[in-house]
Amino acid sequence: MSSQDRFAGERPRPSPFYPRQKELNIRDAWASWNGYKFADYYYDAEYEYFCVRNLCATYDITPMQKYEVKGADAEAMLNRMVTRDVRKIGLNRVAYCLWCTDEGRMIDDGTIFKLADDKFMLTCGSPCTAWLKMSSFGFDDVSITDVTDDLAALALQGPTSCATLKKMGLEGIENIKPFEIRMFPFHGDTLMVSRTGFTGDLGYELWIQPGLALQMWDELYAAGEDYGIQPYGEAATNMTRLEAAFIMPAMEFNEALKTVNLNHDQTPFELNLGWLVDFKKPHFSGRSALLEEKKRGPKYTLTKLDIEGNRPAEGAWIYSDKRCKKHIGYVTSAMWSPAVKANIALAMIETEHLDGDLWAEIYYEKELRHYGRVAKCTKQDKPFWTPARARQTPPDDY
Amino acid sequence: MNHYDSIVIGAGHNGLVCATYLAQGGQRVLVLEAADTPGGLAAGREFHPGFHASVAHSVNHFSAKVASDLNLAAHGFEAGADGHSIVGLGTDGAHVVAGAGALHNASDKDTAAYDEYSALLGRFAKALEPSWFRTMPRIGSLAVGDLMTFARMGLKLRLLGKKDLQEFMRVASLPARDIMDEYFEDETLKAALSWDGLIGSRMAPRSPNSAVLAMLYRMSGQAASVKELVNSLSGAATASGAEIRTGAPVKRVVINGDENGLGVGGVELASGEQITADRVISGADPQTTFLNLVGVEHFDIGFTNRIRRLRCNGLVAKLHLALDGLPEFEGLDRPGGRMIIAPSMDAIEFAFDDAKYGQCSSDPVMEVTVPSLDDDTLAPAGQHVLSAHVMYVPYELKGGWTDAARDGIRERAIDTIARYAPGIRDRILHSEFLTPADLERDYRVTGGHWHHTEFAMDQLLMMRPTYGAAQYSTPIPGLYLCSAGSHPGGDMVGAAGHNAAQEILR
Repeated sequence: MSSQDRFAGERPRPSPFYPRQKELNIRDAWASWNGYKFADYYYDAEYEYFCVRNLCATYDITPMQKYEVKGADAEAMLNRMVTRDVRKIGLNRVAYCLWCTDEGRMIDDGTIFKLADDKFMLTCGSPCTAWLKMSSFGFDDVSITDVTDDLAALALQGPTSCATLKKMGLEGIENIKPFEIRMFPFHGDTLMVSRTGFTGDLGYELWIQPGLALQMWDELYAAGEDYGIQPYGEAATNMTRLEAAFIMPAMEFNEALKTVNLNHDQTPFELNLGWLVDFKKPHFSGRSALLEEKKRGPKYTLTKLDIEGNRPAEGAWIYSDKRCKKHIGYVTSAMWSPAVKANIALAMIETEHLDGDLWAEIYYEKELRHYGRVAKCTKQDKPFWTPARARQTPPDDY
Repeated sequence: MNHYDSIVIGAGHNGLVCATYLAQGGQRVLVLEAADTPGGLAAGREFHPGFHASVAHSVNHFSAKVASDLNLAAHGFEAGADGHSIVGLGTDGAHVVAGAGALHNASDKDTAAYDEYSALLGRFAKALEPSWFRTMPRIGSLAVGDLMTFARMGLKLRLLGKKDLQEFMRVASLPARDIMDEYFEDETLKAALSWDGLIGSRMAPRSPNSAVLAMLYRMSGQAASVKELVNSLSGAATASGAEIRTGAPVKRVVINGDENGLGVGGVELASGEQITADRVISGADPQTTFLNLVGVEHFDIGFTNRIRRLRCNGLVAKLHLALDGLPEFEGLDRPGGRMIIAPSMDAIEFAFDDAKYGQCSSDPVMEVTVPSLDDDTLAPAGQHVLSAHVMYVPYELKGGWTDAARDGIRERAIDTIARYAPGIRDRILHSEFLTPADLERDYRVTGGHWHHTEFAMDQLLMMRPTYGAAQYSTPIPGLYLCSAGSHPGGDMVGAAGHNAAQEILR
């Protein structure tokens, strides 16, 4: 074998936090996200989950796609692309947004950070460069740069997150409101902190240039030692986000541009995200199709379910009757929620059947034996996990 | 009151046709033309003191229905008796002439084949003709009207009989070269007959695509004089009550929006003047209309991308010569008809090859007319105008268009003509060469394209210019297209203007 690595371009790249993560990833449980080497879990997914819910924990979001959208026309360009009114995002505020094809099918969701009147950051789960380029055609003064590799990012989530950052020296961190952004001086550079996250709990996201990533990690972990700071990976993220009823690509929705079969993608109304579609703003892509769908009503509606028993309804079909004669939907994500102490799930259910009985046909395995049961489902209106501290400013000290 | 039912942007022939139908339908109509005279690319212009020419130099298949509906005869329109014959110029004065359904000066074999060929194509052209004057159905639509249009098109073709239908399906997308090789032996004849399948498109004899459809498209309708057609259309428009304002370039289409969606408010002129209207019908090409006059922010991203991708780079340049006498072409008593300078289909192919790579051909091919033969007002007494469509001249020349580059191709074009008309250089008082880039600038046509956007399978019929705007209406209520970028395409036909008006008045 030659000294050159023939597969160099194929191997997942390390994140700027990798030197520390490597030490902590006791199980060597690595996955990849957008080409980055990225932890599925470090020690045990459930343990990490409890850290997020009871203490605080960090999740590496460096691999998330990050685009800088700059220029006098940046706002107009983004406003024509996403369904929310970008003009209403305040300076140093973050807004959860989604964007659709002309047919009103959801391409992806993400967040828009308004950093100046002519400067935004857009984040999303997977690369969107082609669509952004297409969306910017015809706008004279807008430049779009993929800054994914230029910005290390770490989510710090959980009840002791605020106290940890305070101890780290981020003065006034307790006054940052949900979806607010604040800049802190950090070793001659700037540490950007947004009060955002994917856990439905009190939490922050920290954005730093890669050269200072380890410095930030070390200071954060030093400050967080007494607050139980731990890293968590993809598996625990998926548990916390489901309790918060946040949607995941390839689970609740299939990105429209990657969907082959007709209507196997979703619309915002089907995903219960109609509140993100603003028909009063200027024209945006997919508007006519979405208006039509709003009038007609979505075929499916993403529904939060509390299911009897304790068997997670993973992949279960939903029926309108206990005898499973009438199939009306399918579960997209399911788990036993330790925090809520309930058997929870998100399910796509035909809208016309939403008001009737809902039954999940659950199959599970116990020591190689397979069992099935039909469990009654109860619709939930609110996210399963909604602690008051997620919205309090300043949050209580933990 | 400064409010109109409809504003038509551009007094090109389609704009005028559309405006006249709308005015006849009882609407208050305003036509806004950027230039100082109506006619668009067909407008006459003095290119040298006393010498006049229009970029469109012959009308070969104007719609008889439109001429009659708009009563153009009352305004000076006269249908040509037998159209303009096509003259394939041969070296050594051996020319072959195709006109009025017969071939002259050709071999016996070719003469016999021509009868069969023109009878077959004539039947196809007749079967297709109604569809040029109908709004194309929406893809995926189950509306009765759309299904009827499909059914009618299918029935017309089916009525050709099984044998003809099979043959139509076989030749519809054939390269011009294949069909010519099947029927004829003479190279000059083949080149001349394939001309109408190619001119204005990014195609050469070996390109499979829409060459046969273009030939069939150009086989219906009537020949006429360009000047008479433009004058009669202006006259008919004015007589029907439509107002024509020249020297009034439109800066933008005013779009209003509320929570129910977007709508058209009118237009703003370059002067800043705003004129309100219930609808705006654009005779400008689709890219100019959607990207410049309206603006991408008012359209969905996928739709905008389809408009952006339209292929609009023209390949036909225009040569105008002011001559101090009648040019003498070897072997011709009188330089009438459309003279094709293309010794063989290979000559056309090679000229295209150069242009494909951004270069001007060393041996350009062209269609030459002497319009002053039929209209003595175009030049001073005893003097003449020569007009030529020169192919293939790229819109984007490698290295960019400079005066030297333009002079170079102009001289080459004149040298080429001089091979057939040896004394012509001594007669030239003035020459003018307009590249596609010049046509874009002077006539506000994207890419200087003959058809506004490529006349090719993916941009034809219900795909012209693209789905979402292929029925003359557009994603914005009240905004319409009425010109060459819409079905059925370019040339002086009047079909797009007619169809757009029918859609609006429906």
